[in-house]
Amino acid sequence: MNVTIEVNGERRTVDVDPWRRLLDVLREDLRLTGTKEGCGEGECGACTVLLDGAPVNSCLVAAGQCDGRAVVTVEGLARRDGGEVLLHEVQRALVERGGAQCGICTPGIAVCAAYVIDAEPAVAAAGSGAGGDGDARAKVRELLSGNICRCTGYQLIVDAVVEAARARQGGGSR
Amino acid sequence: MTTTTTTTTATTTPTTPTGYVRPATVADLIAARADHPDWAVLCGGTDLMVEAPLRPAPAGVIDVWGLAELRGISELDDGGGAAVRIGAATPWTEVIASALVAARAPILVAAAREIGALQIQARGTIGGNVGTSSPVGDSLPVLLALDAVLELRSPRGARTVPYRDYPISYRKTALAADEVIVAVRLPAPHPEARQHWRKVGTRRAQSISKVMAAAVLRVEAGRFVEARLGLGAVADRPVRAPHAEAALLGAPVGAATADAVAAALAHDVAPITDVRSTAAYRLQTLQHVVRRFVLETA
Repeated sequence: MNVTIEVNGERRTVDVDPWRRLLDVLREDLRLTGTKEGCGEGECGACTVLLDGAPVNSCLVAAGQCDGRAVVTVEGLARRDGGEVLLHEVQRALVERGGAQCGICTPGIAVCAAYVIDAEPAVAAAGSGAGGDGDARAKVRELLSGNICRCTGYQLIVDAVVEAARARQGGGSR
Repeated sequence: MTTTTTTTTATTTPTTPTGYVRPATVADLIAARADHPDWAVLCGGTDLMVEAPLRPAPAGVIDVWGLAELRGISELDDGGGAAVRIGAATPWTEVIASALVAARAPILVAAAREIGALQIQARGTIGGNVGTSSPVGDSLPVLLALDAVLELRSPRGARTVPYRDYPISYRKTALAADEVIVAVRLPAPHPEARQHWRKVGTRRAQSISKVMAAAVLRVEAGRFVEARLGLGAVADRPVRAPHAEAALLGAPVGAATADAVAAALAHDVAPITDVRSTAAYRLQTLQHVVRRFVLETA
């Protein structure tokens, strides 16, 4: 069937089996290979994309279900201003802090963390609470618990996300 | 590498294209179910889509994701005080965010927060949990403890079924072949009743349960006058605990009752040894968890 999806702001139509995974449509049909496959069973979060604004595992979404819906992949997190590419602040923080090891989980982490920072104001607030820094870190760990890093490089990832949340809280923009 | 690529292509693209329909209303959904009895009803895909390329595709898909009539949380006066009604296709994210559910059924919010993480909570639904009827479905012990009622619809009409009568055996339910799950109703709890919930898994996040227990307990003048226990991962389906509940009713609060209830539990469950745990661990852990519920209710 013909499935029309708004991918990273652009309308794309693909002729696919409705049972095909969104993950495969993105990687193989649309050549958006930023989204990774880790486990293929909804455990690891490497294939996280935003579906109508919510973080989902694209390995568990059927292509037919995406007709008329909006998807944002890791390729869509950055903003283009003229010729300049402006990374999302969480991408910038991951780069600056070195929040990546082998890199397979990184796109899913970037998408989920960007969602957290853009849509979950509670996180940005957590750091200023009475619990201080430990509070923010615990909250970020909870919100990112669906993204597994098998290199176990969580420390710098959490540092980066907390830092990006702080920047947002301080009035910084993407 | 070549082999892998070939396999993936062959299995993700079935030779016969998968059928697909997205009903706009519950009436359309029931008609689609009658027209295509062998098609899968697909919502958030957190169960049906797991390892999809490695398994045979269904003949077709009836997609209920986003079906407005099946989604949302409201208050419903069903005669016995205001019940909370949760549409079958309501994802856990909405249950977690609902002030109404938090006020009436805090243990459902607690259970929902432990279902996977954000990605699964955004897609997994209460109707999916009920429909799949896995013995380890995380919300199901809670539905038992809260005495939930299911709204079912078919071409023959609508009916309500107490959730207690719904799971029949391993993944078998009282749902008829032509029926769909429309909503879950949670009757208003007694204001003095205390709710308890505990999930035990390998780790705190993203784990499949080894043992789950939910309870609604009420004490009057130092004795238990209301007791419902819902247990998960300790039998072939989610179960109530008639022996343990009988040991509670009329008994005084305190350690002696807690011990009697823990002993009675052995007659209510039939835990197994499998890849996630052992029968002995499951029983002992369940007894500890429920014992604590009883001691916490004073």
